[in-house]
Amino acid sequence: MSSLNKSPFLQIFYSYLPILILFFSVFNEFDFNYLKLDYFSFNFVHLLIFFWTLRNPDHLGYLAIFFAGIINDVVIGIPIGISSFCYLLLCSVTAYIRNITLSPNFIKDWISLLFTILLINSIQVIILDLIFLIQVDYMNYLINSGFTFLFYPIFFIIFNFLNERISKQTND
Amino acid sequence: MATGRDDFVIAIRSAFLKKKDKQKFSLLTLIFLSIFVIVLSNFNFKAIKIIKSSINEVIYRSSFLISAPENYFKNLKESFDLHMGLYENYNQTKTELEDLKQKQLSNEFLKIENEKLRSLIDENIKSNEIFAKVLIDKESPYLKSIVLNKGSKDKVRIGMAIIDGVYLVGQIIEVNYTNSRALLLSDLNSKIPSVLEPNDIQAVISGTGGDFGIIEHTQNEYEKKLEDGDVIAYTSGLGGLFKPGIPIGKITKDQSDKVNFFSDFTQLNYVKITSYEIGSEK
Repeated sequence: MSSLNKSPFLQIFYSYLPILILFFSVFNEFDFNYLKLDYFSFNFVHLLIFFWTLRNPDHLGYLAIFFAGIINDVVIGIPIGISSFCYLLLCSVTAYIRNITLSPNFIKDWISLLFTILLINSIQVIILDLIFLIQVDYMNYLINSGFTFLFYPIFFIIFNFLNERISKQTND
Repeated sequence: MATGRDDFVIAIRSAFLKKKDKQKFSLLTLIFLSIFVIVLSNFNFKAIKIIKSSINEVIYRSSFLISAPENYFKNLKESFDLHMGLYENYNQTKTELEDLKQKQLSNEFLKIENEKLRSLIDENIKSNEIFAKVLIDKESPYLKSIVLNKGSKDKVRIGMAIIDGVYLVGQIIEVNYTNSRALLLSDLNSKIPSVLEPNDIQAVISGTGGDFGIIEHTQNEYEKKLEDGDVIAYTSGLGGLFKPGIPIGKITKDQSDKVNFFSDFTQLNYVKITSYEIGSEK
């Protein structure tokens, strides 16, 4: 009975919400850099992709992630395809974790996030610096990885709340 | 042991090849597709250039529209800060204006003298200026660049200088039909041939990723020569892209390795895209 009262627009909106946030953040480069805090930066997109592809991959398709990567490359001005490649590597790690995990555990996820972002940021630096000969600041990447890791618990709570709302809306 | 390895292989195979109900492509297909895109974007074929340019056009415009609310709040905060510091600013500007009025008189004389001397050696500098609006100004920690709303249809070319008022802020590195991307002086990949005045030291000013530059490829022990007072870095004109004498930044006595750029790259709204023709009048 309750499902009959639910607006179909709201159901569609909730089911596409992770994709909308993903595209909004790549177009907008959502990273709080305008706060101008020295050395402060984190990668919101990495957190978003990690959480949703690990916990609820049905709401964040790989094709959407691929296109988000292309957009991110164009907006920040690096060769097209690099971010897509890195995002998809992140997806492959989460898909692997999902396959080997019976009961999800926050701490294990958090530690695997650290290894994953260090791996994908290293790959990005190698591609940019050694293949495309674009100079990058290694320290910035390291600090960015550190803050991304530290911010995961906060975004985990937010995304988890959102995930529950989406599941409620779409499963009813 | 063998079972453990089998489980690992099954998990990997499933991660890369298995599609969930709502996934249209497997991960492996998309990873190969992204590698293909990376390789393809390296080639400079006409068709690829057109596709790349079209993608850039659409994404830059969309990014500008989507960033509008964020930019509105950013501008609101800046104008509030400006309003709060109005009285302090007024006093500072008043003092600076007096100082500048005095300097202007001697500058006028030097300008006329310079033009006379150039005409004696039969050399002139012509400049073409295009005014452009900054569409995207993302302070990414990796690459420092801005996207401008003028492109090849407005005769923008790669290498043209970007000027904010009278200060150099960067150069064009990518041109699309209606927009272009400029690399800022603060980017790690920016290298500008310059001259440090009044000591007349040739150097290259390189970006650091922060809001200052560093001096490279110059005389050994150049710091000793800079001890007398503040030094201004200008473009040297070497390489022929920029005219000599565009102000870049200031080197203070206590920090002789840092070039503090004159322009604040976070406050760029409108800039001039400029090209120079240096040569004899004939």
